[in-house]
Amino acid sequence: MAATEQTIKQVNTLGDTDYKYGFSTELDEIRPPKGLNEDIIKFISAQKDEPEWMLDWRLNAFKVFNKLPKPEWAKLNIPEIDYQDCYYYSIPKSLKDKPKSLDEIDPEIIKTYEKLGIPLKEQKMLSGIAVDAVFDSVSVATTYKKQLSDLGIVFCSISEAVKTHPDLVKKYLGSVIPVSDHSFAALNSAVFTDGSFIYIPEGVRCPVELSTYFRINAMNTGQFERTLIIADKDSYVSYLEGCTAPMRDENQLHAANVELVALDNAEIKYSTVQNWYPGDKEGKGGIYNFVTKRGACRGKNSKISWTQVETGSAITWKYPSCILQGDNSKGEFYSVAITNNMQQADTGTKMIHIGKNTSSKIISKGISAGKANNTYRGLVNILSKAKNARNFTQCDSLLIGNKCGAHTVPYIESSNSDSMVEHEATTSKINEDQLFYCQQRGLNSEDAVGLIVNGFCKEVLQHLPMEFAVEAQKLVAISLEGSVG
Amino acid sequence: MLEIKNLHVSIEEKKIIKGLNLTINKGEVHALMGPNGSGKSTLSYVLSGKDKYEIDNGTIEYNEKNLLELDVDERANEGLFLAFQYPMEIPGVQTSFFLKTAINSKRKYLGQSEMDALEFAKLMKSKAEELNINTEMLKRDLNVNYSGGEKKKQEILQMSMLSPKMAILDETDSGLDIDALRIVSEGVNKLKSKENSFLVITHYQRLLNYIKPDFVHIIADGRIVKSGDYSLALELEEKGYEEISKSA
Repeated sequence: MAATEQTIKQVNTLGDTDYKYGFSTELDEIRPPKGLNEDIIKFISAQKDEPEWMLDWRLNAFKVFNKLPKPEWAKLNIPEIDYQDCYYYSIPKSLKDKPKSLDEIDPEIIKTYEKLGIPLKEQKMLSGIAVDAVFDSVSVATTYKKQLSDLGIVFCSISEAVKTHPDLVKKYLGSVIPVSDHSFAALNSAVFTDGSFIYIPEGVRCPVELSTYFRINAMNTGQFERTLIIADKDSYVSYLEGCTAPMRDENQLHAANVELVALDNAEIKYSTVQNWYPGDKEGKGGIYNFVTKRGACRGKNSKISWTQVETGSAITWKYPSCILQGDNSKGEFYSVAITNNMQQADTGTKMIHIGKNTSSKIISKGISAGKANNTYRGLVNILSKAKNARNFTQCDSLLIGNKCGAHTVPYIESSNSDSMVEHEATTSKINEDQLFYCQQRGLNSEDAVGLIVNGFCKEVLQHLPMEFAVEAQKLVAISLEGSVG
Repeated sequence: MLEIKNLHVSIEEKKIIKGLNLTINKGEVHALMGPNGSGKSTLSYVLSGKDKYEIDNGTIEYNEKNLLELDVDERANEGLFLAFQYPMEIPGVQTSFFLKTAINSKRKYLGQSEMDALEFAKLMKSKAEELNINTEMLKRDLNVNYSGGEKKKQEILQMSMLSPKMAILDETDSGLDIDALRIVSEGVNKLKSKENSFLVITHYQRLLNYIKPDFVHIIADGRIVKSGDYSLALELEEKGYEEISKSA
């Protein structure tokens, strides 16, 4: 079965309003004790068999973390996080000796992936998606490697890249998100577990969508994803990450750092479908999703495009940003953020215009239902050297019901006189006449909401790779189930 | 098909319909005519199940079911169709996708399998041609930037694709030029059969030149004040509502 079909089938078999990924896999795990200290960091580094420079880098980040306060700018109610009451490393035991081929992987893990609808087996790879699957802390299997390596493309876990491509990692890791950026970034730098590493060589257009599924499985485990994507001159890559986590009563922390670097004429398209467990209707449990994503358009004419569909997590704190250094470089941010019940989201982007003729586009669609709060927070900063810079921002908010909130907090700073910044914002309630019209045509109220909201998000969803657009549309509808009485 | 008995309806404590009786049998076309504010549109919304209308008294039986107990979508899937006076715009939703969703909602309700893409495309094409609708238009967002005439044609297209048992046309003629009026009426006439019924709500006799009703009812102040055959519409056109209501 092709991956697309499998994904569609998977989505079609969804149950009612319950979180569909709420299963957890029984596996023996290797875990150091709870708590955050230098010994844990040394343990993680040793488990990964890391070179000394990597361990030093981590330890330095830990020092920085200890000095930084928690970021507080977001309109979020974040409970005090006890960093000492958390496991920082966990791997299923059977992965300790890394499998050489898919056949060696624990069937339980394969089953989990099948439930998620991720095609791991080679024959399922024919649909054009290469998957680097991250199961808790270790990358399980990297498929498609051979085909990609023939083109000179490196697509592997970051742990592997530390050993196999240390020069690239040393050069670029932390170059977009400095360790000292804020405390979550420093925390991630100290204890990051795994993530993807991609290098696209000069002049290569990556022929497939690269994709990683992240999944938090073990209880009380923070997952600290670290991803680094480098697109060398004249190259192109499209990357998609999907996220799910099993249902747990307690909160789990996910603090990821994702860095993108685009050199001259290179383009990176990064898409996220985030469906971490949002907690129950009363707000119990769920993932804290504190993510730092930043791309640097270092080369001239380079382009970075972020597309995100954020439907899960109890708290989402995320601002995928672009630093437009190269002349004529372009940054784009397309976002759908849906909050229902007690979910909170504070998300948006930063577009930092440094080079001449740089342009950026921001399309944000926030949907709020239940008692949820949804904030768009964005910064457009045009520095004095960024002659002729352009920005267009559109923020639309849709409210469902009368107990939820939508907030738009745009910051615009322009330091030169020949740039142009446009900002449009709308807030609307879901129109009862539209709902009635759809229902009069036979759609039940939930299908009607799903249809209208998908229409509202269309400008963003159409930027997702085709294979995932269908899943995203279903997710949009599912995450709003029960929002209309 | 439809039997309304002693219907009393109010909205925000204001009485709109005050003891209305109407029976429509299978295969019949009824016209309901009346001045502004007489309760015409209210009746169409009550029949289709829009909330905010309080049913103070009376019963409505539809195909041996108590209509008032069914949800909006259940009524629709049981074959009751309302052609809206002001069809809603739904940005970002392609018209053809909306049509397909509506058809499959009904099929699902009736326990049938979904219509496949090819079958749907064929049906849509043939129905659109009947109504002189360019299929390019169906690729646009539902009713967004459609002209008044295009919206009404679109309503009739939806109606003919869903082939309802009981169709209510709420002032479908308003905003139509004479050519569009003819096309829309032809669409209705093609759909007409011994198995289905129509309730045509209108201000003007003009539409009834094209869609010949079996019965004409005049509504005033929330009640049907006079019923007759097609000649009543002509009489109304000549004398006006006031005189007819008085003489009733």
